[in-house]
Amino acid sequence: MILLRLFFEFFKTGLFSIGGGMATVPFLFDIGARTGWFTASELSNMIAVSESTPGPIGVNMATYVGFKTAGIPGAVIATLGLVAPALIVIVIVANILSRFKDNPAVKSVLKYLRPAVMALILFAFYQLAALTFLDEQNKIVISSTIAFIVLLACMLRFKKVHPIIWIATGAVFGIIAL
Amino acid sequence: MSDKKTSLVDLFISFAKCGVLTFGGGYAMLPILEREVVTRHNWATSEQMLDYYAIGQCTPGLIAVNVSTFIGYTTRGLLGAVVATLGMIFPSLVIITALASVLTALQSNIYVAKAFAGIRVAVCALMLSAVIKLARKAISNVPTAIIAVAALALEILLKVSPVIIVASAGLCGVAAFMIEKRRNKQEENT
Repeated sequence: MILLRLFFEFFKTGLFSIGGGMATVPFLFDIGARTGWFTASELSNMIAVSESTPGPIGVNMATYVGFKTAGIPGAVIATLGLVAPALIVIVIVANILSRFKDNPAVKSVLKYLRPAVMALILFAFYQLAALTFLDEQNKIVISSTIAFIVLLACMLRFKKVHPIIWIATGAVFGIIAL
Repeated sequence: MSDKKTSLVDLFISFAKCGVLTFGGGYAMLPILEREVVTRHNWATSEQMLDYYAIGQCTPGLIAVNVSTFIGYTTRGLLGAVVATLGMIFPSLVIITALASVLTALQSNIYVAKAFAGIRVAVCALMLSAVIKLARKAISNVPTAIIAVAALALEILLKVSPVIIVASAGLCGVAAFMIEKRRNKQEENT
Protein backbone atom coordinates (compact mmCIF):
# COMPACT_ATOMS: atom_id res chain seq x y z
CA MET A 1 0.00 0.00 0.00
CA ILE A 2 2.83 2.37 0.87
CA LEU A 3 4.35 1.66 -2.56
CA LEU A 4 1.17 2.75 -4.29
CA ARG A 5 1.14 5.94 -2.26
CA LEU A 6 4.83 6.54 -2.98
CA PHE A 7 4.16 6.21 -6.70
CA PHE A 8 1.18 8.53 -6.52
CA GLU A 9 2.98 11.19 -4.44
CA PHE A 10 6.00 11.24 -6.72
CA PHE A 11 3.85 11.16 -9.83
CA LYS A 12 2.20 14.34 -8.55
CA THR A 13 5.62 15.86 -7.84
CA GLY A 14 6.80 15.03 -11.34
CA LEU A 15 3.66 16.44 -12.88
CA PHE A 16 3.71 19.79 -11.11
CA SER A 17 7.41 20.56 -10.77
CA ILE A 18 8.21 22.50 -13.89
CA GLY A 19 11.78 23.59 -14.43
CA GLY A 20 14.19 21.08 -13.01
CA GLY A 21 15.35 19.29 -9.89
CA MET A 22 15.15 22.09 -7.36
CA ALA A 23 11.53 22.72 -8.34
CA THR A 24 10.69 19.39 -6.68
CA VAL A 25 11.93 20.52 -3.25
CA PRO A 26 8.75 22.32 -2.07
CA PHE A 27 6.69 19.27 -3.08
CA LEU A 28 8.98 16.98 -1.10
CA PHE A 29 8.61 19.10 2.05
CA ASP A 30 4.87 18.87 1.55
CA ILE A 31 5.02 15.08 1.21
CA GLY A 32 7.05 14.80 4.41
CA ALA A 33 4.65 17.01 6.33
CA ARG A 34 1.56 15.15 5.15
CA THR A 35 2.75 11.55 5.37
CA GLY A 36 5.29 11.65 8.17
CA TRP A 37 7.67 9.53 6.03
CA PHE A 38 10.54 11.89 6.80
CA THR A 39 11.09 15.14 8.75
CA ALA A 40 12.13 18.48 7.30
CA SER A 41 15.65 18.15 8.71
CA GLU A 42 16.01 14.62 7.28
CA LEU A 43 14.92 16.03 3.93
CA SER A 44 17.54 18.77 4.13
CA ASN A 45 20.17 16.06 4.57
CA MET A 46 18.73 14.16 1.63
CA ILE A 47 18.95 17.25 -0.55
CA ALA A 48 22.59 17.77 0.40
CA VAL A 49 23.37 14.14 -0.40
CA SER A 50 21.49 14.31 -3.71
CA GLU A 51 23.46 17.35 -4.75
CA SER A 52 26.77 15.61 -4.23
CA THR A 53 25.99 12.25 -5.82
CA PRO A 54 26.08 11.68 -9.57
CA GLY A 55 22.79 11.95 -11.44
CA PRO A 56 20.02 14.50 -11.82
CA ILE A 57 19.22 15.96 -8.39
CA GLY A 58 15.48 15.33 -8.64
CA VAL A 59 16.01 11.66 -9.48
CA ASN A 60 18.49 11.29 -6.65
CA MET A 61 16.05 12.79 -4.19
CA ALA A 62 13.19 10.55 -5.29
CA THR A 63 15.44 7.49 -5.02
CA TYR A 64 16.75 8.50 -1.61
CA VAL A 65 13.36 9.40 -0.17
CA GLY A 66 11.82 6.21 -1.62
CA PHE A 67 14.65 4.09 -0.21
CA LYS A 68 14.41 5.63 3.26
CA THR A 69 10.65 5.12 3.22
CA ALA A 70 10.28 1.60 1.81
CA GLY A 71 13.67 0.09 0.92
CA ILE A 72 14.74 -0.82 -2.60
CA PRO A 73 11.18 -1.30 -3.95
CA GLY A 74 10.41 2.14 -2.56
CA ALA A 75 13.42 3.64 -4.35
CA VAL A 76 12.38 2.13 -7.67
CA ILE A 77 8.70 3.04 -7.34
CA ALA A 78 9.32 6.63 -6.22
CA THR A 79 11.75 7.24 -9.09
CA LEU A 80 9.45 5.71 -11.69
CA GLY A 81 6.59 7.78 -10.29
CA LEU A 82 8.66 10.94 -10.66
CA VAL A 83 9.60 10.35 -14.30
CA ALA A 84 6.29 8.89 -15.51
CA PRO A 85 4.48 12.22 -16.12
CA ALA A 86 7.50 13.62 -17.97
CA LEU A 87 7.63 10.52 -20.15
CA ILE A 88 3.98 10.89 -21.12
CA VAL A 89 4.11 14.64 -21.73
CA ILE A 90 7.37 14.59 -23.69
CA VAL A 91 6.23 11.75 -25.95
CA ILE A 92 3.15 13.81 -26.84
CA VAL A 93 5.17 17.01 -27.37
CA ALA A 94 7.85 15.19 -29.41
CA ASN A 95 5.15 13.71 -31.58
CA ILE A 96 3.55 17.10 -32.26
CA LEU A 97 6.92 18.75 -32.84
CA SER A 98 8.01 16.15 -35.37
CA ARG A 99 4.87 16.92 -37.38
CA PHE A 100 5.33 20.69 -37.31
CA LYS A 101 9.10 21.02 -37.34
CA ASP A 102 9.16 22.35 -40.88
CA ASN A 103 6.42 24.86 -40.21
CA PRO A 104 7.99 28.36 -40.55
CA ALA A 105 6.27 29.67 -37.40
CA VAL A 106 7.59 26.75 -35.32
CA LYS A 107 11.04 27.26 -36.83
CA SER A 108 10.98 30.92 -35.87
CA VAL A 109 9.93 30.11 -32.30
CA LEU A 110 12.74 27.55 -31.93
CA LYS A 111 15.27 29.99 -33.37
CA TYR A 112 14.39 32.50 -30.66
CA LEU A 113 14.27 29.88 -27.90
CA ARG A 114 17.88 28.82 -28.45
CA PRO A 115 19.58 32.04 -27.26
CA ALA A 116 17.29 32.05 -24.21
CA VAL A 117 18.30 28.49 -23.35
CA MET A 118 21.94 29.43 -23.84
CA ALA A 119 21.43 32.21 -21.30
CA LEU A 120 19.87 29.70 -18.88
CA ILE A 121 22.91 27.45 -19.19
CA LEU A 122 25.15 30.45 -18.61
CA PHE A 123 23.09 31.29 -15.53
CA ALA A 124 23.42 27.73 -14.21
CA PHE A 125 27.17 28.12 -14.74
CA TYR A 126 27.12 31.43 -12.86
CA GLN A 127 25.35 29.86 -9.87
CA LEU A 128 27.72 26.90 -9.76
CA ALA A 129 30.73 29.19 -10.19
CA ALA A 130 29.62 31.33 -7.22
CA LEU A 131 29.63 28.16 -5.07
CA THR A 132 32.92 26.96 -6.47
CA PHE A 133 35.18 29.98 -6.68
CA LEU A 134 34.13 31.97 -3.61
CA ASP A 135 34.87 30.92 -0.04
CA GLU A 136 32.84 31.72 3.09
CA GLN A 137 34.25 35.25 3.25
CA ASN A 138 33.28 35.81 -0.40
CA LYS A 139 36.94 35.84 -1.41
CA ILE A 140 38.05 34.21 -4.64
CA VAL A 141 39.70 30.81 -4.18
CA ILE A 142 42.85 31.26 -6.25
CA SER A 143 43.83 27.60 -6.72
CA SER A 144 40.35 26.68 -8.04
CA THR A 145 40.26 29.68 -10.34
CA ILE A 146 43.63 28.86 -11.87
CA ALA A 147 42.62 25.19 -12.27
CA PHE A 148 39.42 26.36 -13.96
CA ILE A 149 41.26 28.53 -16.48
CA VAL A 150 43.77 25.78 -17.27
CA LEU A 151 41.01 23.16 -17.65
CA LEU A 152 38.91 25.44 -19.86
CA ALA A 153 41.89 26.18 -22.11
CA CYS A 154 42.63 22.44 -22.39
CA MET A 155 38.98 21.67 -23.20
CA LEU A 156 38.87 24.25 -25.97
CA ARG A 157 42.19 23.04 -27.35
CA PHE A 158 41.63 19.26 -27.06
CA LYS A 159 38.04 18.95 -28.13
CA LYS A 160 38.07 15.20 -28.66
CA VAL A 161 38.79 14.29 -25.05
CA HIS A 162 35.76 12.79 -23.30
CA PRO A 163 34.30 14.90 -20.44
CA ILE A 164 34.89 12.00 -18.04
CA ILE A 165 38.63 12.68 -18.28
CA TRP A 166 38.13 16.30 -17.29
CA ILE A 167 35.85 15.32 -14.41
CA ALA A 168 38.41 12.79 -13.16
CA THR A 169 41.15 15.42 -13.48
CA GLY A 170 39.01 17.76 -11.40
CA ALA A 171 38.54 15.13 -8.70
CA VAL A 172 42.31 14.47 -8.52
CA PHE A 173 43.03 18.19 -8.41
CA GLY A 174 40.52 18.58 -5.57
CA ILE A 175 42.08 15.81 -3.46
CA ILE A 176 45.62 17.11 -3.99
CA ALA A 177 45.19 20.85 -3.93
CA LEU A 178 41.98 21.90 -2.20
CA MET B 1 18.78 10.66 -37.46
CA SER B 2 20.90 7.94 -38.98
CA ASP B 3 19.78 5.42 -41.56
CA LYS B 4 20.68 2.51 -39.38
CA LYS B 5 18.26 1.73 -36.60
CA THR B 6 19.55 3.01 -33.29
CA SER B 7 20.23 0.17 -30.90
CA LEU B 8 18.30 0.24 -27.63
CA VAL B 9 21.38 -1.01 -25.82
CA ASP B 10 23.35 1.98 -27.13
CA LEU B 11 20.60 4.31 -25.96
CA PHE B 12 20.55 2.78 -22.50
CA ILE B 13 24.34 2.81 -22.10
CA SER B 14 24.74 6.36 -23.37
CA PHE B 15 22.13 7.78 -21.05
CA ALA B 16 23.37 5.72 -18.11
CA LYS B 17 26.80 7.24 -18.78
CA CYS B 18 25.27 10.70 -18.72
CA GLY B 19 23.51 9.83 -15.46
CA VAL B 20 26.78 8.73 -13.82
CA LEU B 21 28.68 11.78 -15.03
CA THR B 22 26.10 14.40 -14.08
CA PHE B 23 27.10 16.40 -11.06
CA GLY B 24 24.69 19.17 -10.22
CA GLY B 25 21.57 19.01 -12.31
CA GLY B 26 20.24 19.10 -15.84
CA TYR B 27 22.23 22.04 -17.22
CA ALA B 28 25.49 20.68 -15.85
CA MET B 29 24.71 17.52 -17.84
CA LEU B 30 24.71 19.33 -21.18
CA PRO B 31 28.42 18.96 -22.05
CA ILE B 32 28.30 15.19 -21.47
CA LEU B 33 25.01 14.81 -23.29
CA GLU B 34 26.44 16.81 -26.21
CA ARG B 35 29.37 14.45 -26.39
CA GLU B 36 27.28 11.26 -26.31
CA VAL B 37 24.27 12.35 -28.33
CA VAL B 38 25.67 14.83 -30.86
CA THR B 39 29.35 13.95 -31.35
CA ARG B 40 29.39 10.23 -30.70
CA HIS B 41 26.07 8.88 -31.95
CA ASN B 42 24.65 11.63 -34.12
CA TRP B 43 21.20 11.19 -32.60
CA ALA B 44 20.54 14.93 -32.67
CA THR B 45 22.22 18.19 -33.71
CA SER B 46 23.40 20.84 -31.25
CA GLU B 47 20.47 23.03 -32.29
CA GLN B 48 18.01 20.22 -31.56
CA MET B 49 19.59 19.73 -28.12
CA LEU B 50 18.91 23.38 -27.33
CA ASP B 51 15.33 22.96 -28.54
CA TYR B 52 14.86 19.94 -26.27
CA TYR B 53 16.25 21.90 -23.33
CA ALA B 54 13.83 24.75 -24.04
CA ILE B 55 10.92 22.33 -24.13
CA GLY B 56 12.22 20.39 -21.14
CA GLN B 57 12.38 23.61 -19.14
CA CYS B 58 8.70 24.39 -19.75
CA THR B 59 7.21 20.91 -19.41
CA PRO B 60 6.58 18.96 -16.21
CA GLY B 61 9.44 17.00 -14.73
CA LEU B 62 13.21 17.20 -14.58
CA ILE B 63 15.07 18.72 -17.50
CA ALA B 64 17.60 15.88 -17.64
CA VAL B 65 14.82 13.31 -17.86
CA ASN B 66 12.80 15.34 -20.35
CA VAL B 67 15.76 15.68 -22.71
CA SER B 68 16.54 11.95 -22.45
CA THR B 69 12.94 11.03 -23.19
CA PHE B 70 12.91 13.40 -26.15
CA ILE B 71 16.04 11.97 -27.73
CA GLY B 72 14.93 8.41 -27.04
CA TYR B 73 11.58 9.09 -28.69
CA THR B 74 12.98 10.79 -31.79
CA THR B 75 15.48 7.98 -32.38
CA ARG B 76 13.47 4.85 -31.50
CA GLY B 77 9.89 5.87 -30.76
CA LEU B 78 8.04 5.04 -27.57
CA LEU B 79 10.33 2.16 -26.66
CA GLY B 80 13.37 4.41 -27.16
CA ALA B 81 11.82 7.04 -24.90
CA VAL B 82 11.34 4.50 -22.10
CA VAL B 83 14.80 2.96 -22.52
CA ALA B 84 16.62 6.33 -22.58
CA THR B 85 14.75 7.47 -19.48
CA LEU B 86 15.47 4.23 -17.62
CA GLY B 87 19.13 4.58 -18.62
CA MET B 88 19.22 8.08 -17.17
CA ILE B 89 17.75 7.06 -13.79
CA PHE B 90 19.49 3.69 -13.49
CA PRO B 91 22.83 4.98 -12.06
CA SER B 92 21.05 7.08 -9.43
CA LEU B 93 19.02 4.07 -8.35
CA VAL B 94 22.07 1.86 -8.04
CA ILE B 95 24.39 4.40 -6.46
CA ILE B 96 21.92 5.76 -3.94
CA THR B 97 20.43 2.46 -2.81
CA ALA B 98 23.89 0.90 -2.53
CA LEU B 99 25.34 3.81 -0.59
CA ALA B 100 22.28 5.13 1.26
CA SER B 101 23.39 3.89 4.66
CA VAL B 102 26.86 5.39 4.35
CA LEU B 103 26.06 8.49 2.27
CA THR B 104 25.88 10.92 5.18
CA ALA B 105 29.18 9.56 6.52
CA LEU B 106 30.75 9.75 3.05
CA GLN B 107 29.59 13.31 2.72
CA SER B 108 31.53 14.41 5.78
CA ASN B 109 34.65 12.52 4.64
CA ILE B 110 37.33 15.10 3.89
CA TYR B 111 38.68 13.42 0.74
CA VAL B 112 35.25 12.92 -0.75
CA ALA B 113 34.46 16.57 -0.05
CA LYS B 114 37.73 17.66 -1.70
CA ALA B 115 37.12 15.45 -4.73
CA PHE B 116 33.67 16.96 -5.18
CA ALA B 117 35.03 20.48 -4.85
CA GLY B 118 37.49 19.62 -7.63
CA ILE B 119 34.78 18.03 -9.76
CA ARG B 120 32.76 21.23 -9.45
CA VAL B 121 35.69 23.17 -10.93
CA ALA B 122 35.79 20.77 -13.89
CA VAL B 123 32.01 20.93 -14.34
CA CYS B 124 32.17 24.75 -14.40
CA ALA B 125 34.81 24.62 -17.12
CA LEU B 126 32.80 22.02 -19.09
CA MET B 127 29.68 24.17 -18.91
CA LEU B 128 31.45 27.30 -20.10
CA SER B 129 33.14 25.45 -22.95
CA ALA B 130 29.72 24.06 -23.97
CA VAL B 131 28.26 27.57 -23.99
CA ILE B 132 31.16 28.84 -26.12
CA LYS B 133 30.51 26.02 -28.60
CA LEU B 134 26.75 26.58 -28.65
CA ALA B 135 26.90 30.37 -28.90
CA ARG B 136 27.65 30.30 -32.61
CA LYS B 137 24.63 28.12 -33.22
CA ALA B 138 22.22 29.92 -30.92
CA ILE B 139 23.12 33.49 -31.83
CA SER B 140 22.68 34.03 -35.56
CA ASN B 141 21.66 37.69 -35.80
CA VAL B 142 21.15 40.85 -33.74
CA PRO B 143 17.70 39.95 -32.31
CA THR B 144 18.89 36.55 -31.05
CA ALA B 145 21.93 38.24 -29.46
CA ILE B 146 19.62 40.71 -27.72
CA ILE B 147 17.49 37.82 -26.43
CA ALA B 148 20.54 36.05 -24.99
CA VAL B 149 21.74 39.17 -23.16
CA ALA B 150 18.25 40.14 -21.98
CA ALA B 151 17.51 36.63 -20.72
CA LEU B 152 20.74 36.51 -18.73
CA ALA B 153 20.15 39.98 -17.25
CA LEU B 154 16.57 39.10 -16.26
CA GLU B 155 17.81 35.92 -14.56
CA ILE B 156 20.68 37.48 -12.64
CA LEU B 157 19.25 40.90 -11.79
CA LEU B 158 15.53 40.24 -11.42
CA LYS B 159 15.53 36.48 -10.72
CA VAL B 160 12.80 35.93 -13.29
CA SER B 161 11.65 32.30 -13.49
CA PRO B 162 13.28 30.32 -16.33
CA VAL B 163 9.86 29.15 -17.44
CA ILE B 164 8.79 32.76 -18.04
CA ILE B 165 12.05 33.52 -19.86
CA VAL B 166 11.63 30.59 -22.25
CA ALA B 167 7.97 31.42 -22.82
CA SER B 168 8.77 35.08 -23.60
CA ALA B 169 11.54 34.10 -25.99
CA GLY B 170 9.03 31.86 -27.74
CA LEU B 171 6.63 34.78 -28.05
CA CYS B 172 9.44 36.85 -29.57
CA GLY B 173 9.81 34.05 -32.11
CA VAL B 174 6.11 34.30 -32.97
CA ALA B 175 6.38 38.09 -33.30
CA ALA B 176 9.46 37.80 -35.53
CA PHE B 177 7.59 35.34 -37.73
CA MET B 178 4.59 37.66 -38.11
CA ILE B 179 6.76 40.70 -38.86
CA GLU B 180 8.62 38.76 -41.53
CA LYS B 181 5.38 37.50 -43.04
CA ARG B 182 3.97 41.00 -43.26
CA ARG B 183 7.20 42.29 -44.79
CA ASN B 184 7.12 39.57 -47.43
CA LYS B 185 3.52 40.45 -48.25
CA GLN B 186 4.37 44.13 -48.65
CA GLU B 187 7.23 43.24 -50.96
CA GLU B 188 4.87 41.16 -53.05
CA ASN B 189 2.43 44.06 -53.30
CA THR B 190 5.01 46.61 -54.41
